[in-house]
Amino acid sequence: MAIQPADQNPQRLKSARFTQQNGTWILFLLPALAVYILFMAGPLLDSLRLSLYTGSGYTPSTFVGLQNYIDLFTNPLWAKRFTGALLHTCIFFAIHMSVQNTLGLFFAALLSAKFRGRDFFRTVIFMPATLSVLVTGFLWTLILNPNWGAVNIILENIGLKAWAKPWLGDEQLALIVISLTSAWQWTGLPTVMFLAGFLNISEELIEAAHTDGANAWTTFWRIQFPLLMPVVGLVAILTFVENFNAFDVIFAMAGARGDPAYSADVLATLFYRTGIAGEHPTGIPNMGMGASIATMTFVILMTGVLIWLYFSRRQSADL
Amino acid sequence: MRRSFPRLFTYFVLTVWSGIVLFPIWTLLVDSLKTQKEIFKDPFGLPPNPTLVGYQAVLGDGQFGLYFLNTIFVTVISLSSILFFGSMAAYALAKWKSRASGVLYVFFIAGLMIPIRLASLDLLRLMIALRLQNTLWSLIPVYIAMGMPIATFVLTTFIRSLPNEMFDAAKVDGASEWRVYLSIIVPLLRPALATVAIFMMIKIWNDFWFPLIFIRAEEARTVSLGVSLLFGQYHTDWNRALSVLALSALPFLILYIILSREFIQGLTAGAVKG
Repeated sequence: MAIQPADQNPQRLKSARFTQQNGTWILFLLPALAVYILFMAGPLLDSLRLSLYTGSGYTPSTFVGLQNYIDLFTNPLWAKRFTGALLHTCIFFAIHMSVQNTLGLFFAALLSAKFRGRDFFRTVIFMPATLSVLVTGFLWTLILNPNWGAVNIILENIGLKAWAKPWLGDEQLALIVISLTSAWQWTGLPTVMFLAGFLNISEELIEAAHTDGANAWTTFWRIQFPLLMPVVGLVAILTFVENFNAFDVIFAMAGARGDPAYSADVLATLFYRTGIAGEHPTGIPNMGMGASIATMTFVILMTGVLIWLYFSRRQSADL
Repeated sequence: MRRSFPRLFTYFVLTVWSGIVLFPIWTLLVDSLKTQKEIFKDPFGLPPNPTLVGYQAVLGDGQFGLYFLNTIFVTVISLSSILFFGSMAAYALAKWKSRASGVLYVFFIAGLMIPIRLASLDLLRLMIALRLQNTLWSLIPVYIAMGMPIATFVLTTFIRSLPNEMFDAAKVDGASEWRVYLSIIVPLLRPALATVAIFMMIKIWNDFWFPLIFIRAEEARTVSLGVSLLFGQYHTDWNRALSVLALSALPFLILYIILSREFIQGLTAGAVKG
């Protein structure tokens, strides 16, 4: 930039170097871009197109316009499953938001201080996040087993036998219990993200607050929490995106149909049954309809992301 | 000195939560060494006569060794490609001053908010068309694509935060972009690369969705697919079921416990600045 070799015609040299340099940059970008377009962006866009077709098996070929969407919303067979799955997905997300992220924020506040054994607690809190979702789901189905599972045995031993329940067999409870299991697994993730946020807040600021007589509680709410708002927003949006396509834990604990009686059926399990596995008992996938469900999920996610972008922009403008 | 929450309160809360976290993992480990009868009699104590019957049965029927090799193969190839492609792209995105690089950056970042699973139907059709279905090669390109948004995001942010003088000095010496990339960027990027690697390793190693929809064949099964099939087969035989779960969880768990300091540091270092 500032350094220019002595040359009779700097203009021409500059432009030749410019195009050569552009070429280099494009080469740097090429592998990432190629894989990303071929195996992510392209298929995502093509899924939108696929939702306008119908036909059984893996090659839906009859163009039907918006018929899949009309069925999804008005045909009682589809509409019932779709609205049910949507509602359950919202509940699943709400439980993660309120339980997992609140605990994460709280633990991070505790773990950002210096004390003996801190590394041990940090290690333990993140540990379940390294397990596979499937293993977590299966493990908890055994622990929640109504006859032999640890939870009911413990309740019995401490004299609360009446509280013992078939946790995963009860339509009112299954979804909530599964959400809590998943929150158990992922609490470490917001903890680590909030912890990074806490560690970024300068010591002097906290010192100053203490000198002015603020206690830990006031410091947290008046200084640390407002400064953490960008991280709070980020955690919220990541939780939203993750949970609106959660599949593994539901599949492990409630099967592909979200048993009992579809009470734990979410958008991802509905998508899997419709587009890939085929609905019981025929087992023939309806890819066009599956793509419509994926597209609706996409629309919901985009709406959420745009709302988040709007607020996070306004927030950074305020600061 | 930093005043904070009362020590006793901190210890109390964290100990209770650690108990909630460790209890299921403890049950998993001790019960996998007990017979069915012993599990039902005393599910929480140490095994009276530790037995490896469950593990032997699982390793015998399930070809678990093969599932492990498959998963390691997929994880290693995908991860190294993510780090290599991602860091190259991030260097260009951070240092190429042009409208195109700005647009491409947004294009990559958008993938953070759109789960690749929504494209599953098309990916399945693509894999069938490419005749990659039932092979490990169906998983690898999908995982690499899946890693691009987070890799470009974390790495570009990191390169932008490096002082410009470092690059300018190398430029004066006449180093090409490739030399700068290899001898300056890659060594400096190490902490950020570790963050991306940890994140994606957990995701890829534990992924169940894509093996479930792409792979049926025994020889191409990954650990998570094997676990789901074997667990279904054994779910009434707790000793075996728990052995399956323990076998699949242990290697990663041990690795995590050994490297936990680096893990947590890596995750907090690469996090976005507040």
